[in-house]
Amino acid sequence: MTARVVITLKPGLLDAQGKTIQRALDALGFSHITEVRVGKYVEVDVGRGTPASVKRDVERMCKKLLANPVIERCRVEVVR
Amino acid sequence: MKWGVVVFPGSNCDQDCVHVLQDVLRQPTVTLWHQETGLRGCDAVVLPGGFSYGDYLRTGAVARFSPIMQAVARFAKDGGLVLGICNGFQILLESGLLPGAMLRNTGLRFICRSVTLRVERTDTPFTNRYRPGQIVRMPIAHNEGRYTIEPREEPTVRGQAVFRYCDDEGRVTEAANPNGSTDAIAGLTNAAGNVLGLMPHPERAAEAVLGSSDGRLLFESMLEAYAHA
Repeated sequence: MTARVVITLKPGLLDAQGKTIQRALDALGFSHITEVRVGKYVEVDVGRGTPASVKRDVERMCKKLLANPVIERCRVEVVR
Repeated sequence: MKWGVVVFPGSNCDQDCVHVLQDVLRQPTVTLWHQETGLRGCDAVVLPGGFSYGDYLRTGAVARFSPIMQAVARFAKDGGLVLGICNGFQILLESGLLPGAMLRNTGLRFICRSVTLRVERTDTPFTNRYRPGQIVRMPIAHNEGRYTIEPREEPTVRGQAVFRYCDDEGRVTEAANPNGSTDAIAGLTNAAGNVLGLMPHPERAAEAVLGSSDGRLLFESMLEAYAHA
């Protein structure tokens, strides 16, 4: 089973990269964009477990290491 | 007073710290490899700057799992003096020994230059040799130095700020804040006051020949605090 983890900055924190990309997109004519946020993507392959137990495990990994709860939030999706 | 400078894979300011402690201040100093499980009887520990573990995942995120960090955490809990400089500050944040977290500089650039700081508190073991409100110069060299704290913790943390970025007249302004740090915080202690993290490099400003010796007072403050403990 594979867990896909998407880590982004919490809402309200200035995402300097996102802002820069948004300005660049705006310069390209995509002026209808309201916000761009940049994050990280982590894939974790897990040998055994049910989708629910894998999700629980990976969410614990997020809290302990993958994300910093002060500044980031995580979304975990289990596939296969 | 015996000093320990921790060396992680990727530390690159460890020898600068050893030089200041050993050659400038004439203190017995050892380097502590990250795999060690004890502090070999050191009376103060320095976590130096650099790029521990290649800054993988987040700055300082992996270093905190080193065996030595368990010893540093115990030492800090028992009131031992712990100084984290630059990457060392980031490691202290990731370890939870200091509140808050680091984000990339607002300008998205690595900044390497001298800055002016205002000494906000002189009642700490790290700043007792400074004058209240003293304006000091030290270099910064970082990409992730935007100090951030959850809004509900900000009022508490503000009182723990020891150094703030300021202009030459000591005014804390947006223009003088190089990286967008909350409250222009450049360095802060834990609630107990025995752990300090700061982004500027006092060890690169400890000899007049290097342009500033303002950082030397920080190490001398620690000596003073230890002597009177």
